[in-house]
Amino acid sequence: MSNDKELAPTRSSEATATAEAKSPASSAPDSRFIVPRVDVIEDENGITLLADLPGVPRDRLELKVDGDTLQVEGTVATPMPQQLQSVYAEVRVPRYRRTFTLSRELDPSRIDANLKDGVLTLRIPKQESAKPRRIEVRAG
Amino acid sequence: MFDSLYNFPDEFERLRQEFDDLFGAVGMPTGIRSVARGAFPAINVGNTPQSLEIYAFAPGVDASKVEVTVDRGVLTLAGERPSALPEGGNRKVNVYSRERVGGTFRRAISLPDDADPSKVEATYSDGVLHISIARREAAQPKRIAVQ
Repeated sequence: MSNDKELAPTRSSEATATAEAKSPASSAPDSRFIVPRVDVIEDENGITLLADLPGVPRDRLELKVDGDTLQVEGTVATPMPQQLQSVYAEVRVPRYRRTFTLSRELDPSRIDANLKDGVLTLRIPKQESAKPRRIEVRAG
Repeated sequence: MFDSLYNFPDEFERLRQEFDDLFGAVGMPTGIRSVARGAFPAINVGNTPQSLEIYAFAPGVDASKVEVTVDRGVLTLAGERPSALPEGGNRKVNVYSRERVGGTFRRAISLPDDADPSKVEATYSDGVLHISIARREAAQPKRIAVQ
């Protein structure tokens, strides 16, 4: 087993190197992130989006709506012992990010979000005017 | 409307990531129980002088139903994750993305010889299953005073 892979919450040495190459002040945040896996389900009243964000607590989750884009961003904050040396890592970047474009019939002002056990559930309702309705046909 | 949630840069990022996953680890020795990328749950392993720390990234799992066993030096994690997708037959529901895995899962990790199977602790929080296995006393680094 080698010790040259670092565990997720620390930046990997190569990522640090590229960040420093771009900005000598090295204040630039690590631009690498994991694209979380999602399920997107639409029903009559809106869209339900489920995203896997394991290791992200509620206070490290950020949801941003800007115009018609919705961005989900979260940072892994699983506590780890100080002296921990990584042996093997499948999750190498401690950050998740994914952006979605919302369509016009969705109402971003009424998004409901719930984070439980590392799964984010977003409920994006449709505008009232966009909900399907039955049109009565009057007898002539 | 159908492609309203389709985001081009993101798909690109995913592709780049998959390439990294495929070619990033060339030349590195892999364990006999290594699995293809994307296996559920993803696992990180680290060690400290006193313990071996295993982090399984298993979101949306009922912690009481996860089975953690240590048998002859192999740690096995097994459990089930319910699928969030609706049952078939409901025509008013459309599913656009189904990337999250559901169903049963099982992963095995071989432990080093100095792992003590009688001292295993497992906790689950924020979708991460953390298993801490103590190392045997004899294997811990000791400072020897020179007379």
